[in-house]
Amino acid sequence: MSALAAISPRRRRVDRAARGTVFALTLVALVPLVLVVYYLLLKGLGAISVDFFTQDPTGNFLGNPGGIKSALLGTLELVALASAMAIPVGIGVAVWLVEYGRTGRLASIVRFFIDVLTGVPSIVFGLFIYITLVLTGFLDGSFAGWKGSAALALLMLPVVARAGEVVLNLVPDGLRESALALGAPRWRVITRVVLPTALPGLVTGSLLAVARAMGETAPLIFTAQATLATSFDLNRRMNSLPIQIFSDIQNPKAEIVQRAWGSALTLVALILIITLVARFVAARRSTLTA
Amino acid sequence: MNPPDPSTPEGTAIPGSDAGQADGESLPAAVRRPVPAHHAAESADAPAADGPAVLVRDLNAFYGSNHAIRGVTIDYRANHVTAMIGPSGCGKSTVLRCINRMHEEIPGAYATGKIMLDAQDVYASDVDVVAVRRSIGMVFQKPNPFPTMSIYDNVAAGIRLTGTKGHDLDERVERSLRGAGLWDEVKDRLGEAGLGLSGGQQQRLCIARTIAVEPEVILMDEPCSALDPIATLKIEELIAELKERYTIVIVTHNMQQAARVADHTGFFLLGELVEFAVTENIFQNQRDSKTEEYVTGKFG
Amino acid sequence: MEAGTLPRGGRSSLERSPRARLPDRLMRYGLLGLALAVLALLVVFFFILVSDSQDVFAKQGVVGFLFDNDWNPSRDQFGALPLVVGTVITSALALVIGVPIAIATALFITELAPARGRTVLTTLVELLAAVPSVVYGLWGVFVLIPNLKPATQWFADTFSFLPFVGGTVAGPNYFIAGLILAIMILPIVSAISREVISTVPPDHKEAALALGATRWEMIRMAVLPYSRAGITGGAMLGLGRAIGETIAVTLVIGNATTIGKQIFDQGYSLAAVIANEFGEASSDPLHRSALLAAGLVLFILTLVVNGIARGFVVRSERKQKVTSLAVTEAEA
Repeated sequence: MSALAAISPRRRRVDRAARGTVFALTLVALVPLVLVVYYLLLKGLGAISVDFFTQDPTGNFLGNPGGIKSALLGTLELVALASAMAIPVGIGVAVWLVEYGRTGRLASIVRFFIDVLTGVPSIVFGLFIYITLVLTGFLDGSFAGWKGSAALALLMLPVVARAGEVVLNLVPDGLRESALALGAPRWRVITRVVLPTALPGLVTGSLLAVARAMGETAPLIFTAQATLATSFDLNRRMNSLPIQIFSDIQNPKAEIVQRAWGSALTLVALILIITLVARFVAARRSTLTA
Repeated sequence: MNPPDPSTPEGTAIPGSDAGQADGESLPAAVRRPVPAHHAAESADAPAADGPAVLVRDLNAFYGSNHAIRGVTIDYRANHVTAMIGPSGCGKSTVLRCINRMHEEIPGAYATGKIMLDAQDVYASDVDVVAVRRSIGMVFQKPNPFPTMSIYDNVAAGIRLTGTKGHDLDERVERSLRGAGLWDEVKDRLGEAGLGLSGGQQQRLCIARTIAVEPEVILMDEPCSALDPIATLKIEELIAELKERYTIVIVTHNMQQAARVADHTGFFLLGELVEFAVTENIFQNQRDSKTEEYVTGKFG
Repeated sequence: MEAGTLPRGGRSSLERSPRARLPDRLMRYGLLGLALAVLALLVVFFFILVSDSQDVFAKQGVVGFLFDNDWNPSRDQFGALPLVVGTVITSALALVIGVPIAIATALFITELAPARGRTVLTTLVELLAAVPSVVYGLWGVFVLIPNLKPATQWFADTFSFLPFVGGTVAGPNYFIAGLILAIMILPIVSAISREVISTVPPDHKEAALALGATRWEMIRMAVLPYSRAGITGGAMLGLGRAIGETIAVTLVIGNATTIGKQIFDQGYSLAAVIANEFGEASSDPLHRSALLAAGLVLFILTLVVNGIARGFVVRSERKQKVTSLAVTEAEA
């Protein structure tokens, strides 16, 4: 027997089989991604045209189904309003957690609730807004775009707050100490030193929350509902890409189904662009810090 | 560097000054600050006043229930450099942070006792910590210029953050950078990022930032331990210049540095001040055996 | 303030006017108010949800609602067992299919892949999460269901001796829903597993390799046992996600109000019923209350599952800290 005995062929076989399986399963994981992208392009590109983006859906069962203008604009409006609600509040909560609450008991409770919020299914957020703002006849009990934005904001809030907390904690304490030691009041330390330093991370977190909100359908079903016409009135029903797609899927007409594919392609493209921008900002941040 | 003061420590009976007031009654500012001849822009020359600028009386500091600093009483003489030395964990940094009340920024930490600055107890109940820190500046171990700001903005940060109006900002930035010995090296690139400087330059930038606020006292917490020997030397030379205008308290774990820069030195052990004397005496003529053991390297 | 001319002595220099202190107060208490408002909001929502679902509980009782196998809105019958069963089946399928694949991707990316491929692979897996639920639904309806029908029918025929397998494959069914859910939870389970696996202390792994273990044996001996708690936590977070997923499921599960006998039958789920029947329920208060009750059950379920998940993740983090503490003590 040589001094360096080889390991048994069985062990080697097991090792190779196991590694092969892991590799194969990884490829399996990527198959859906490839297929989704493939079909989106295959079936969706055909629907894209100038008219597609400049016409509203007509709601006709016969003839021209129209485009997705109101849905696209609606998504942009709804998400913009939701961002205006969620991002300041999310960052504010994160600032409180990191700068004031720190390790105290109240902070733990707040963190717990934020954690709870991250796990709530998006349809339940829709229900929450529905029962408080629609059912109760708030203002006039109607479906309204801004109520849909409120539901989306609830969804975005924990994402922004969590990412914000992580990023603010990364700001070195030495910076805060230096600013405090100069005789700066704490609020100035936060607004002039901490927040600017954390800004790239905060932007990334916010953009990821936006990308998430853009794709959500369930919260809008019973809050913003849908209309066909382009609208800039957030106090009335508003269309959106996900709702339009959801409705088109259930329609047997071929042109309408194709419109669904085209809308899906548009929606995914939008989300991808925002995600890429978010990653770009994150990458830039890591090259700035010395 | 000043020659060692032959008088006894604790600032009693200094010939030539009309102080001799060891408990720090206030003197007009112009009297207390000797103005070297080449600072022509300053106001009237005045006799050197060597009364203590900061008096610490029976300071006790706690981290939660951990009694870290016990009954420390010490005088920091105006326009002198006082060093605090001692082994790791002896509390010298804690004492330093109590002077500008940074100690209490740690959750659960607090301090009791009196620390007098210009006849005011900085621990008095109606005193605002923010104002204390404008009069007492601090330079930290790790240079930390604000990463989102240029060199100019870093120096101006102190002025802007404290909310004082900066109508002569350019002038003050230049003065501070000169005072920190950095002006010539950066005057052509004031707009560049503060982080682009070398370690030693960054630390001098932080010093410039600190003196831009025009404190009376500058606290230094191991300012050179993150720097190379050449940068360290530059900072030590700077300290010798700075003490003409400020009172300097420096914490250092490097005994040789204390011997080089400090007029007076205090030796700390386990949260207590063991011995305080003229620097020469701490190193050659100790009164306490523990001091002798530490400076000769038997422990620490 | 010019050097040397500002009077430094006197009371006023160390105080700040109350007006100057105001912004500090505003910020501190304003932000605290914000945080508390978020808390209060969640609590209020919960209570309103509970109270608005009372109607159906009054009629059927909580147990009746959950366990009666009779969901028939037109006859005012709201036994949600088909919904609960559907949620359980699809989530279980999602876990069975998705978790092993997710762990495999995590293992591959952290242990076996070349360094350059790591970022690419990670990005690709993360991209799965960028696809919205409704797009997965669209793809499921028009691509997956028709294309998988022959294969799943063959499976049902060949393996009909297995429990819950057999019969005619319906178009939309439990299995397709479970499959799509598996795809949707893959990114999050993979991400957490990756995180946990990459924090296995190198000395554990080196010890195994030094003993002459093959790469796979090292993974089995050193990596997987150490990461068990964290991976379980990740799987449970995936479960929570699967339970609450609505749009993709309602498009591919068939929305049948009966409990299917095999996995290839049509079914229903708690989330799907809310999205599907909302329109017709808007004029029927009892129906509406039933849907809200379904939402309440969903909420509580996800709360519990996520709570357990967090427990596992915290436990794995604590173990990591203990390990690194022990190492530093040993080295001191």
